[in-house]
Amino acid sequence: MSSKKRSGSNTLESGQPIGQDNNGYTLGPMQAGPACCDPQPLIQVENFSLRYGAQIALDNITLDIYRGCITALIGPSGCGKTSFLSSINRLTDLIPGCRIAGCIRVDGSDIHHAACNVQALRRQIGMVFQKPTPFPLSIYRNIELPLREYGITRRADINVTVEQVLQDVGLWEEVHDRLDAPALSLSGGQQQRLCIARALALDPKILLMDEPCSALDPIASGVVEDLISRLCGRYTIVIVTHNLAQARRIANYAAFFWIKNHAGRLVEFGNCRQIFEAPAHELTAAYINGARG
Amino acid sequence: MPETSVKSAHACRDRLAELVVYFVAFLVCAAFVWITGDLVRGGMAHLSWDFFVDSPRNAGRAGGIGSILVSTALILLVALMVALPLGWTVAALLAEYMPASGSFGYTVRHSLQVLAGVPSIIFGLFGNAFFSIYLGMGFSILSGGLTLACMLLPILVSTAEAGLHAVPDAYRQSAAALGMSRTATLVHLLLPVAAPALAAGLLLGIGRAMAETAALLFTSGYVDRMPGSLLDSGRTLAIHIFDLSMNVPGGDAPAHASALVLIIVLLLINMVAMRLTTGWQHRKITS
Repeated sequence: MSSKKRSGSNTLESGQPIGQDNNGYTLGPMQAGPACCDPQPLIQVENFSLRYGAQIALDNITLDIYRGCITALIGPSGCGKTSFLSSINRLTDLIPGCRIAGCIRVDGSDIHHAACNVQALRRQIGMVFQKPTPFPLSIYRNIELPLREYGITRRADINVTVEQVLQDVGLWEEVHDRLDAPALSLSGGQQQRLCIARALALDPKILLMDEPCSALDPIASGVVEDLISRLCGRYTIVIVTHNLAQARRIANYAAFFWIKNHAGRLVEFGNCRQIFEAPAHELTAAYINGARG
Repeated sequence: MPETSVKSAHACRDRLAELVVYFVAFLVCAAFVWITGDLVRGGMAHLSWDFFVDSPRNAGRAGGIGSILVSTALILLVALMVALPLGWTVAALLAEYMPASGSFGYTVRHSLQVLAGVPSIIFGLFGNAFFSIYLGMGFSILSGGLTLACMLLPILVSTAEAGLHAVPDAYRQSAAALGMSRTATLVHLLLPVAAPALAAGLLLGIGRAMAETAALLFTSGYVDRMPGSLLDSGRTLAIHIFDLSMNVPGGDAPAHASALVLIIVLLLINMVAMRLTTGWQHRKITS
């Protein structure tokens, strides 16, 4: 996993190649806002429903998530945003009694097809949880562990990747002299950035983020938010957030979920600017204006 | 009621509760001090290097406990070598691979609970019937060790399973999201995190095994010679103490000394295991 490969051939709209060092990081400058590149669907969700036992969590969701963009999932608590997110990497498989219907395609292939290798799927889809979940191991070992799992065992290769991803999340300067320290000794924001680094170490195409800033203080939250913006373009990011201002700042697209008949439904999906400035659905407008939800 | 008298009533009750707590704590300490004090007083004079290396003579009244220590160690070794892999594998199976509501897991858990409640004399009779007679091992260290292994299984399984259950699910989710297999997650993440629980179970197991008498009377026997092989009969420290104090007139002093040794050995095992666990966890966390 060389740095050349990691940077890829992506360029931002401004024409500046991603990977240039701004602000001491290896990623490009912050590229926020609604405008996005040519929308090519990377994740295609068709008539997808999900139930836990008798409880319907998601009902008939159809949605395209575009390559290289940040898509924010917004909506009130319990409307199925997290269930939707965990369906994309099939983490819902871990929940007993979970049943699905419909289809999710990632890069054209059906993730629920018998031939789909879940481990390979999860390798290309990184996930970051609401609460930072570094393993109770050293900082270095947190990143090394998944790499070794995928057969990357040469110390030199691991060292390169560890430095690379820690640079990417802006943690290298803070921890490079104490990589052997327990990851749990880091602050909350640092732990969350370590979790993002751990996800990036496997060089995924997609990053799923489940309210990654909600357990952090405002300053740490700001740092993580800037980081997510910098990751835009290089990764396809799907982020669940309750913070509408944050969704507006960083996302290119937004999907608004709502609970109807005790089941989560997609009410509206569109360009972030359109969703926030001219929502087509009255529920969206009410939620965004704070009148509902 | 005036405010001051309410306050003084509260203070009085607090004081009383405090006294009760201190008194109970004192009782616990007193019991420990009494037992060890008695053992030290009665056995200390008997302790010497020769006591540790000599074999017992004159039914244990003279000589030492060299052969007894060797038999005890061998029986413990056999029991742990069988019970540890079995117990921890079953615990991993129950905690990580079996659905909590599944009937197989339920059956295994209940069988273990029943096993945990079986009196040790029943284990002794079972060991005698199965290992000694049916499998033809006779009164031997092997037979005693295997019987002890059956007794240790419930302790090892339940402590290890509880330890694994106590590991937060967030770790399993994160590992799964990183595409790590269940086995890798178990080996590299869950077991190191649960190590203190595993060590605690191991200590409990060793403690129970070292203290066991009834189950071994019928299986390993009470021959006090130095064992030549695992198929020889061997007498453990606990049986030695039992025999000296119940069947040997004039055996009180060596019984006290043997009991003192048993307690010291248990304390040492405890300390070493604690040290090892901390060291192992530290290494796992920082390498």
